[in-house]
Amino acid sequence: MGTGPGKHHILTVLVENKPGVLTRVAGLFARRGYNIFSLAVAPTEDDRFSRITVVVDVESAPLEQIIKQLDKLINVVKIDELAPGEAVERELLLVTVAASPEVRGQVIELVGVFEGRILSVGWDQVAVALEGHPEKLDDFEELVANYGIVSLQRSGRVALPKLERRNAVVAE
Amino acid sequence: MSQHMNGGQALIKSLELEGVETIFGLPGGAILPVYDPIIDSPIRHILVRHEQGAGHMAEGFAQATGRPGVAMVTSGPGATNIVTPLCDAYMDSIPMVVITGQVPYPAIGTDAFQECDTTGITLPVTKHNFLISDAQDIPRIVREAFHIATTGRPGPVLVDVPKDIVDPKNPRSAMEWYWPESVDLPGYHPLTGGDASEIRNAAELILRAERPVIYAGGGILKARAADALRELAELCDVHVVTTLMARGAFPDEHPLALGMPGMHGNYTAVTSLQRSDLLIALGSRFDDRVTGRVPDFAPDAKIIHVDIDPAELGKVRRPDVGVAGDARLVIEEMVSAVRALMESGSTFPDRSAWKSQISGWQERYPLTYQQSEAGDALKPQFVLETLRDSTPDDCIVASGVGQHQMWASQYWKFNHPYTFVNSGGLGTMGFSVPAAIGAKVGRPDRMVWAVDGDGCFQMTAQELVTAASERIPVKVAILNNAYLGMVRQWQEMFYEERYSEVYLSPDLPDYKMWAEAMGCIGMRVESPEEVLPAIEKANEIDDRPVVIEFRTDSSEKVYPMVAAGSSNDDIIVDPSQGEGGR
Repeated sequence: MGTGPGKHHILTVLVENKPGVLTRVAGLFARRGYNIFSLAVAPTEDDRFSRITVVVDVESAPLEQIIKQLDKLINVVKIDELAPGEAVERELLLVTVAASPEVRGQVIELVGVFEGRILSVGWDQVAVALEGHPEKLDDFEELVANYGIVSLQRSGRVALPKLERRNAVVAE
Repeated sequence: MSQHMNGGQALIKSLELEGVETIFGLPGGAILPVYDPIIDSPIRHILVRHEQGAGHMAEGFAQATGRPGVAMVTSGPGATNIVTPLCDAYMDSIPMVVITGQVPYPAIGTDAFQECDTTGITLPVTKHNFLISDAQDIPRIVREAFHIATTGRPGPVLVDVPKDIVDPKNPRSAMEWYWPESVDLPGYHPLTGGDASEIRNAAELILRAERPVIYAGGGILKARAADALRELAELCDVHVVTTLMARGAFPDEHPLALGMPGMHGNYTAVTSLQRSDLLIALGSRFDDRVTGRVPDFAPDAKIIHVDIDPAELGKVRRPDVGVAGDARLVIEEMVSAVRALMESGSTFPDRSAWKSQISGWQERYPLTYQQSEAGDALKPQFVLETLRDSTPDDCIVASGVGQHQMWASQYWKFNHPYTFVNSGGLGTMGFSVPAAIGAKVGRPDRMVWAVDGDGCFQMTAQELVTAASERIPVKVAILNNAYLGMVRQWQEMFYEERYSEVYLSPDLPDYKMWAEAMGCIGMRVESPEEVLPAIEKANEIDDRPVVIEFRTDSSEKVYPMVAAGSSNDDIIVDPSQGEGGR
C-alpha cells in the first residue's frame, strides 16, 4: 500500500502528557468513523506534552470536522494540519529479507543504494533498517519484496512543518 | 497556613467551595470514606434508590436551575448504572459532575471486587473525565471538573476517586489543603463573543431576507439568552421556532412564536423552515429529528449558524455565515449590528406575503385531535390541556420519552425558560420521575409535574420512594395507554399494524396501589369529568408526591409526523385535516 499524497492528511497533535490521552484520541477517530492510516506518539522537548502524528485518510470536509472534534478534547493543546509539500516527513522501516547466499550481495547492494543499514546477517536472512521519506520506504519495500519479506515493521510517519527557505538550515 | 486533611474531607470541602448544595447519590464500598464527612457538611445528600435516578435527578436539577447537578455513586455497578444519565447529559449538553468511587489505586487492573474501568466506559459519553491518582490533586481536579462542566458547551464530567486516597485509615489519603485560585488547562479555551465581521455579515443577511425564521435550540437556554433572543426576534420581526430542547426559550404565546419544529412539530413550524430563505440557527445543531432528510431540509434557505461549539458549524449543513460563540453574547452583538444598519438607512424588505402565508398555515393546520365520545377512554391531549390550564404559568414540566413527551411539548404553553425538562438527544425512557425530583429540589418554589407514560414510569418509578422519604412533593401524571405507545404508533403506520412486544396492560401493575406503596397519594382517572377535580386535588397536596394515573386511548397517535428518513415536505397531518404535505 502506498503512502503518497492522495487523500492522506497529516495531523500533528500536541497533547498533554497524561494517562489515557492516546485512548481519547484513538477513541474519537473510532467513534466518529474515521480511519487512522498511521500513528506515531512520542514526548516532545517539553515533558508536559507529547506529540501525536496521525495520518488520516479522508476527504477535506470530514477532515475539518475531525480537527474540530479533536480540538474539543480537553487534553489536546494544538493541532496542525500539514499539507504534503509543506511538511518534512520521516519514517523508519525495519525489515528482515529472505537472502540466501546467492542473492545476499544483491540485497546488500540495494540497501546501500537506499542508504539503509544492515543490522544483522544470518545464513539466509538479512535484517535492514531504513529511515527516510515514507515514499522512499514504499519504493524500497517494493523492491525487497522480490526477494521475500520475512517480517516488516514501519514506525508510522512523523512530521514537522517545513521551514521558510531563508530559515532552512537543512535541505529536504 | 496549611491544614492537614484526608482526601475524603478535601473532596467534600471542594464541593462546598464550588457552591454545591445538593448531592444525589447512593453509597457503596469504594465511596464509603467520602460519605463519612458528608455527615458534618451543610451539603444536602438525597439518597436515591437506584444510581440512574441520581444521574437524572442531577440533570433535572441542572436543567431547572442552570447550575451543575452533582451525583455521587460507588464503583463498579454504581458507576455503570449512571452511564445512561451521563450519555443523556452529554447529548443534551447538561452541566453535571459525577463522582464515582473506585477500588484502591494499587488494585486497579486486578479485577478487584466491584472494579470496572469507569473512565474507559464513560470516555465517549462525558465532556471529560478524571481518574485521581493522588489525594493532593483532589481540590485542583474538582475545580477543573466544575469549570469544564459549566463553561463553553456544557456537559457531564466524571471524577473517579480510588478508595485509598480518601480513606483516613490509609496513609495515601493524607493531603495538605489548598484551594486553587484558577484553573490551568492548556488545551481548553471556551469561546465567548463571536467574530465581529461574521456578525455583521449575519446582520446584513437578516436585513435582506424575505422569509427569515429563527431556529432556536437548547443553546439559548444554556447561554441564558432568552431575553436576547426575544429582543432580536422583535427587532427584526422574525418568527421563532423552538426545538424540543428550547421549549420555553421563546414564549409560546408571543405573536412571533411558531412552536416546535421536527418529526412531531406542528405544520407551520416545520413548513416555515422548509420555505424559508434564511434560517437563523441559534444554539441548535440540525438534529435529524428536526431536519428530516437532510438534502431536502430548507432547500432555499441561506444559513446563519451560531453555536458555542465550532464543531457544530458545518457538521450537518454548511452555514453561509457561521459564528462560533456564546449565544447570548453573539445575539446581543447581532442586535447591535442590525440596529447600526437600520440607523444607516437599511430597511427590511416587505414580508407581508410571507407573514400571511404563515398565518394561513396556522389557520389551516392547527394542532388538533378528536374529543372522545362519552364512555370512551380519555384523550391524552385533553388531559394535557386540562393540566396545562390548571397549573401556574411557571410550572415546571418534566417528561419522559415517547408519545406523551411529544404531546406535552405540543400542547403545553411554555412561556418561561427552564420550565420544560426532558431527554432530547438520547431519548431516555424513565427520565421524567427522577428529573422532576431533581427539578423540584432545585426549584422548591415552583410546582413540578412529571408527565409520564406507563412504559417510562415502570423504568424509574422507585425514585418516588426517594421523593416520599425526602418530602419532595412532585406530581406525576401517567398517561396510561397500556402500550409502549410510540413504538405501537410506528408499528401501526410502518409495520402493517403488526404489534410486536408493545402491549403492557392497563392494570398490571396497579399504578394507584403502587404509588401508595411508595408513600405517595395515588389516584386513578378514567372519565373526562374526573380529570380536572383530580388535578386540582393533586395541586393542593404539598407534603408528599402525588401520582395520577389517567387511562388514555391507546389508539391515539401523535400528529403531525414526518416519518424517519423522509423529507419534511412529506409531513403527515392529522387525518381530519386531509393530505397536508406540499
